[in-house]
Amino acid sequence: MIKHRLFWPVVALVALLLGNRIVTPGFFSVEVKSGHLYGSLIDILLFGAPLILIALGMVTVIATGGIDLSVGATVAISGALACYIISDQANQGSVGGVLFAVALALVLSLALGLWNGMLVAWLGIQPIIATLILMVAGRGVAQLITSGKIITVNSPPYKLIGGGYWLGLPFAIIVVVVVAAITAVLVRRTALGLLIEAVGGNAEASRLVGIRSRSLIIMAYMFCALCSGIAGLMISSNIAAADGNNAGLWMELDAILAVVIGGTSLIGGRFSLAGTIIGALIIQTISTTIYTAGVPSYRVLVFKAVVVALVCLIQSPAFRAKVFRRRHKRPPPQPKAEVPASDSGDLEVSA
Amino acid sequence: MTPPILEMRGISKAFPGVRALDDVSFRLLPGEVHALMGENGAGKSTLIKVLTGVYTADAGDVLLAGNPVVIGGPHQAQEAGISTVYQEVNLCPNLSVAENIFIGRGKVRWKQARARAAELLTRFDLDIDPALPLGAYSIAIQQLVAIVRAVDISAKVLVLDEPTSSLDRDEVARLFAVMRRLREDGVAILFVSHFLEQVFDISDRVTVLRNGRLVGEYETGALTRATLIGHMTGRVLEALEELHAPGEHAPDSAQPVLRAEGIGRKGGIAPFDLTIHSGEVVGFAGLLGSGRTEAARLLFGADGSDSGQLSIDGKPVTLKSPGAAIEHGVAFCPENRKTEGLVEDLTVGENIMLALQAARGWVRQVTDSDDLVRRWITALRITPSDPDAIAGNLSGGNQQKVLLARWLITQPKLLILDEPTRGIDVGAKAEIQKLVVSLADEGKAVLFISAELEEVLRISHKVEVLRDRQMIAELANEGLTPERILATIAGGGTGTVAAEGAAQ
Amino acid sequence: MTALTFMGKRGMTAFTFVSRRGYLPVLVTLGLLVAVFVVGSILYYPDFGTGQVVVNLFIDNGFLLVTAVGMTFVILSGGIDLSVGAVVALGAMLCAWLTGMGWPAWLAIVTAIAAGALLGFIQGYVIHEFEIQPFIATLAGMFLARGLCFVISIEQIPIKDPFFDWVQTPIAVPGDMFIKPTVILVLVIVAIAYWMLHYTRFGRNVYAVGGSAQSALLMGLPLGRTRILTYVVSGVCSAIAGVLFGVYTLSGSGLHAVGMELDAIAAVVIGGTLLTGGYGYVLGTLLGVMLLGTIKTLLNFQGTLSSWWTRIAIGVLLFVFIVLQRALGTRRRSAGV
Repeated sequence: MIKHRLFWPVVALVALLLGNRIVTPGFFSVEVKSGHLYGSLIDILLFGAPLILIALGMVTVIATGGIDLSVGATVAISGALACYIISDQANQGSVGGVLFAVALALVLSLALGLWNGMLVAWLGIQPIIATLILMVAGRGVAQLITSGKIITVNSPPYKLIGGGYWLGLPFAIIVVVVVAAITAVLVRRTALGLLIEAVGGNAEASRLVGIRSRSLIIMAYMFCALCSGIAGLMISSNIAAADGNNAGLWMELDAILAVVIGGTSLIGGRFSLAGTIIGALIIQTISTTIYTAGVPSYRVLVFKAVVVALVCLIQSPAFRAKVFRRRHKRPPPQPKAEVPASDSGDLEVSA
Repeated sequence: MTPPILEMRGISKAFPGVRALDDVSFRLLPGEVHALMGENGAGKSTLIKVLTGVYTADAGDVLLAGNPVVIGGPHQAQEAGISTVYQEVNLCPNLSVAENIFIGRGKVRWKQARARAAELLTRFDLDIDPALPLGAYSIAIQQLVAIVRAVDISAKVLVLDEPTSSLDRDEVARLFAVMRRLREDGVAILFVSHFLEQVFDISDRVTVLRNGRLVGEYETGALTRATLIGHMTGRVLEALEELHAPGEHAPDSAQPVLRAEGIGRKGGIAPFDLTIHSGEVVGFAGLLGSGRTEAARLLFGADGSDSGQLSIDGKPVTLKSPGAAIEHGVAFCPENRKTEGLVEDLTVGENIMLALQAARGWVRQVTDSDDLVRRWITALRITPSDPDAIAGNLSGGNQQKVLLARWLITQPKLLILDEPTRGIDVGAKAEIQKLVVSLADEGKAVLFISAELEEVLRISHKVEVLRDRQMIAELANEGLTPERILATIAGGGTGTVAAEGAAQ
Repeated sequence: MTALTFMGKRGMTAFTFVSRRGYLPVLVTLGLLVAVFVVGSILYYPDFGTGQVVVNLFIDNGFLLVTAVGMTFVILSGGIDLSVGAVVALGAMLCAWLTGMGWPAWLAIVTAIAAGALLGFIQGYVIHEFEIQPFIATLAGMFLARGLCFVISIEQIPIKDPFFDWVQTPIAVPGDMFIKPTVILVLVIVAIAYWMLHYTRFGRNVYAVGGSAQSALLMGLPLGRTRILTYVVSGVCSAIAGVLFGVYTLSGSGLHAVGMELDAIAAVVIGGTLLTGGYGYVLGTLLGVMLLGTIKTLLNFQGTLSSWWTRIAIGVLLFVFIVLQRALGTRRRSAGV
């Protein structure tokens, strides 16, 4: 039970929620007001929705052994494009117009993902560096679309995506559930997850079993960008405006953090969708908690710093080894176990 | 005789489950090139790592110029006068040649360093610009620069660990010229190489290790290739084993599954011809570093060949990637299970399904994967039999079986097995051998690579003999003995004629 | 420009310059800089092509230059530092807060720099000792530094200490131009960094570690100390840049210098330093910052082309240089084997 890799993330989330319950008695209550669900838990889900989406995309990229720093920029671009198109329409309330805008924004997001994926898979540029380009230029593109202004829209259909309700539930939560379900099906009901984990876990072995890793990697980046694009729509819809400068700011860091807290290693390979969602919820709960405690939201950053540091240190084998060694007197250090093969001049380098 | 500059006495070193060195002694005289020879698992690397302070010996002494020394690490070894140059050059390619020679050696007057470097390089007939970055030069030159650095730190003992593996003929000649000069200067050189010719060419004496024990120390001039191989493999000393009958199943003379004509790769393996029929097991025999793996990788498209033509089932093919080879029904278990075979994070079942799934693409998930995996786990007796066990936690033998299962479910026509029995226990080894034989009986073609000649002979119908990155002979396995193969390796020339004569 | 040729003749001996041969990207940057300048001068003379514009580049981008110089050390050694923007903000914030509490200016500045050094040390220590990826460790550092700014104050704090006014009083120089004390400080820092990288053992070790950490260790170089020190250098540089930022804006705020780490990384890369470490120059970084600054200035002069084009231009340059480095890297490797 303790060995299960979701154990600690779940414990952390439950502890956080219980802590909130103790401080705020009404924390767990969910009420129905005018046909809509309200409550702190619903709020966490609602405000956490964009982060969950981006984290889902991020975890697939990380599983391939990569990373995507440009998700925040993609959030800004997608929201900017959708709002720009809608604001340009004579009737902002037209459902068709909104669908058109949404479709175009998502297609652009996919194109951005394709760009990242090509840089990584075809040009062989390190993922951090490759996605840095879009991270830098992306906000400029977003502002280019909005002409540097904050575009406000007044479109009830668009408002639905991030701020509306459907069947009594916030529409954003429904979107997240649907995307998560589709992702889970794609990843676990096809061989996609297995092949991605193989590529991220051992690239050379994957090549030698005939996996065509390039297309997989490109797909992962495109999926990540698509998720970020949807998140961008949600965020801009929620505030009924597109802010090229601030939308999705530091989102990439939160997403990476959610992935790490969820128990997926940054090295790639094995990944957990459920863990990532829990990780995102933990981050959102921390933010909400600190907010309800009356601490200015910016100071959440200090908390995040501590959480990042702790999680990474605990995951670090070097840290565990060193702390472990100091605590207990260990038997004399043992050499690596590959000794029988250590006389391996036979690793004839086939240069 | 001059007293040895370096003496290692009664060195023992054990690792969990294996005695890597057992009471090994070794001595090195000033002004000699001393080759350290041995097959896989002989203990060469361990001995060198003890000498350079990477490992601490469990027992034994190291004496330098007669004084006992304790070597705590590579840096200390260097300070004591023992420098090592490795196959993969341990210098910084971005620094200049001069900087690489002098960095990390206390206070340096860099203005003069360049002139000093030029002087040193000239002494070794190296006509290179010390101001240029090291990376601008070939690996061979980089290695020579590493030697210049090592010697200039006033090395009394120079350890060259497989320096020639990636060098071409001219570069080797250049390296040897430098080594001869150093020998004249009185430097003691410990030389490790898998190329027999080079050992006879350059070394004055040879120390042979086998299975962690000292076999002996010999004057190179008094050795023949045959006696040296005999010492390394223990063939001459041990009683002949009962010969196992080769498979009775003679291959049908029809279309070969695979035919290679003049396939080769520069720096990997010289062009060679090869045919494999269905139902046939072809063995690759050769000493360490003879090019067995390089040849196999060309047949699988793991490396690209730069000459020759490959045909599968009579049709010419170009294998640009492993994926292409797999489509043609070729499968390959690499010798390096951990780095090239297994995805250690994944489960046994996932590892088994990987090749089949990769061939099907990601959309069509193999539906009966659970059944397939169970069947093969049972068939190959993989323990633990839990398909959800993490592959990295299995023993070597079971990991190997997982890789075999991975390929067997793809129903390949040709299965290439590179050292499938290395480092696994005797029981598992026998099982894998039996499996190979039964696969051939079912009509699969198998290419079997192993350092153990008995094993190759036990299951192969014919044996390709390799030496120094060349395929030198093809021997039918009729009354073939390990000695005969070794004699072929030891024999001069490269002609298949001589080898065929030996096979008669 | 005069500063550059001066350094080129005196500082860079043929030995150190030729020895690394990685100067093609630097030359490309120099060429671009000259081209942008010429274009600007033709289009907007007499406002653009004057010496004062060059001086203004240093005034307006001094803090970025100092930050990028620190980043150069880290990237050369094979690491990356994402915390620099946040440390700049923290530096400015500490100056504003401490002088506001009545501390003398020098003490506030020294405290700010010490804080940057400490944060750099902690990051370097964690990266080296516990083998945490630099990118993650400095990410945590970034959160921490920004968070600390907001712990000090949510609001922007004005700086009223007269010292901060004094260091940016214009000083007339021959040629009908003026400079500010901060410009001199920035140039001194570049010079010190240049000296450290090319004339000290530490500098050489930085290159060695970036070239191959394992080789550096085997050659007896102090790997850990070198690595940690590069992060300390970066922390100190960022803190000084923070002080300069405080001087420039006369305020401290947790929202200062958001995203400056990206500009700094971009400037370093555009200046010809390889992101994987081992190849590059401080003077390249200087050129990189100048190029970014010139483009910004040019877009300002243009007027209708708005500021976000700067970001896009930086992105395009980044792309071009990364692909250029990639191509050169491939060639270098194939030449090696």
